[in-house]
Amino acid sequence: MTSTPCTLFDKIWDDHVVVEEPDSPAVLYIDLHLIHEVTSPQAFDGLRRRGLRVRRPHQTVATIDHSIPTTPPEVPIADPQAARQIQQIVENCREFGIPLYGVGSPTRGIVHVIGPELGLTQPGMTIVCGDSHTSTHGAFGALAFGIGTSEVEHVLATQCLLQRKPRTCQVYVDGYLNKGVTAKDLILGLIAQIGSGGGTGYVFEYAGPAIRALSMEERMTVCNMSIEAGARAGMIAPDDTTFEYLAGRLYAPKGEAWDAALKRWRALPSDPDARFDHTITLDARRLEPMITYGTNPAMAIPVTGVVPDPAGVSDLGERQAMEKALRYMGLRPGQRLLGHPIDVVFIGSCTNGRLSDLRQAASVLKGRRVKEGVRVLVVPGSQSVKRAAEAEGLHRIFLEAGAEWRESGCSMCIAMNGDQLQPGQYAVSTSNRNFEGRQGPGGRTLLASPLTAAAAAITGVVTDPRTLLE
Amino acid sequence: MQPFTRITSRVVALPIDNIDTDQIIPARFLKTISKEGLGQHLFADWRYNPDGSPKPDFPINQPGAREARILLVGDNFGCGSSREHAPWALIDFGFRAIISTSFADIFRNNALKNGLLPVVVDIDTHRQLFEMAEADPSTVLTIDLAEQSLILPNGKQVYFPIDTFNKKCLLEGIDQLGYLLKQEPLIQAYEALHPARVSTRIMEE
Ligand code: SF4
Repeated sequence: MTSTPCTLFDKIWDDHVVVEEPDSPAVLYIDLHLIHEVTSPQAFDGLRRRGLRVRRPHQTVATIDHSIPTTPPEVPIADPQAARQIQQIVENCREFGIPLYGVGSPTRGIVHVIGPELGLTQPGMTIVCGDSHTSTHGAFGALAFGIGTSEVEHVLATQCLLQRKPRTCQVYVDGYLNKGVTAKDLILGLIAQIGSGGGTGYVFEYAGPAIRALSMEERMTVCNMSIEAGARAGMIAPDDTTFEYLAGRLYAPKGEAWDAALKRWRALPSDPDARFDHTITLDARRLEPMITYGTNPAMAIPVTGVVPDPAGVSDLGERQAMEKALRYMGLRPGQRLLGHPIDVVFIGSCTNGRLSDLRQAASVLKGRRVKEGVRVLVVPGSQSVKRAAEAEGLHRIFLEAGAEWRESGCSMCIAMNGDQLQPGQYAVSTSNRNFEGRQGPGGRTLLASPLTAAAAAITGVVTDPRTLLE
Repeated sequence: MQPFTRITSRVVALPIDNIDTDQIIPARFLKTISKEGLGQHLFADWRYNPDGSPKPDFPINQPGAREARILLVGDNFGCGSSREHAPWALIDFGFRAIISTSFADIFRNNALKNGLLPVVVDIDTHRQLFEMAEADPSTVLTIDLAEQSLILPNGKQVYFPIDTFNKKCLLEGIDQLGYLLKQEPLIQAYEALHPARVSTRIMEE
């Protein structure tokens, strides 16, 4: 029997369509629903108003990450609104029977860090969360995307979502990354190439030698930022790297179930002749460490480059957005970013808050001192990452260098928990968004890799990390 | 959900591309556990001075903006975070329709679920609309959803796309959860054939 060749996305999609009536979107079954304190309260209210229950509480898991302080756990939550929101998710989970990795849990963390860590994220699954960076989980060959609060309510009530089938785009990354160039630089390079709306309507499948060579944590960094190009989701076909990562994790299948799962997972990669609606290519060999200069992640340049001139942009809306961005950032066209003074360095977030990210930052900070006057915050992505880092002594490297070592959470990625920039301050941040005010009103964010962020911490200015690597 | 049929209203123009949801409603206002009252924080960092006073030159602070039901914006509106607080804030302020050349996916989905109509127009119409709004801030447009048409003051009619399902839901004020709940027998049948792929039941601690 010959069947039409399918992409990874097609296989997962087809396997999850419950029904598709004419003139209606597909009803898509959701295997795993992750929730957090910020985008769920109004959904639970909706359930209560209609007298509905949570249909599959054990295909749901909750955590607290956005508004939680990263100060030691014994310090009470100072912000009454944050405390209220956190209390609310505790009550909602109790009322509806949903497992919660709450404030005191040793495995609490950023939702996109703990899903993979606990082995909840598995190939071939559909995964949603009221959070745009749900695309992270696509690194395992899952179809994972962010939804709004109404849709959170839909999934809680029915374990399904109404979805129109997105188009597919293969992002083929040829060659291999050079030393000092990381997964973060790869994804920033892609977004700079295609723009912050360049992926709208598409699901990306990353492929090619550069992607195959990435570790799971690096693949998560890439998939995490798919949304910054507007893509619905980002995926990478599962392979031995994926299976090795998953084996033995808490919620991963065990014994015979593992063997059966492996068989299913090995059939997931796109068929050789599968057709994509669109293809983008990128040459890993030509990538350099990247840094953003503007107010969306597509406004990125090589760290050695110069700020582009809006005058050269023909589209009016785009030109005005760029002029506005440069005014906000206090930067001039033609200016070099190298040597530009910075005030804060943030190392963390669901993009770069995993153990390998902390190791990279530590490799630069080891035996060195943070530049006087620079504040450096290192925030592990989860309590498990924190413990693993401490077991290797990474925290000592950070503390001896003069950085702050915190409890886990979203922290200065979104500045909801009190960790934030002062107006006008410049931060080199390993997070994913440099939108105006994202890290605090008036704060100016330069997105970069953990290596580039750590290099700036040492010198107090934007620095090419390759100059500090031995 | 309030049905959307036809509106005639003046327009507020914000000619900036890639307006992200952090600008529509900054994260510090997401600590609320309700949907109410978010309109006062709409575009908070662009609209108010650090001391909380309104910036008079910002478009939604100008006279007449409060009565406007239509917001005209640059390309790729609503990119960034999935926060549904963005459409809630826009609606609470008074907007019922947003016109752009494109919308970010999640924002578009969230808007449609709340009765806020995203209207996609071509680049030429888009430019023409901005020119009109700039020349005369009291420019009035009509949006007719049944006809899928946008009517300019000069009588020109422009058609915009919308899928049948969302159109019907908006016109009749149908809530999409109702549609999903009606699929219960099919969902049960699906689950009978596909055992849960993961269970969060085994919790350590
Ligand atoms: S770390 Fe930042 S991007 Fe990631 S989930 Fe938290 S707030 Fe969102």
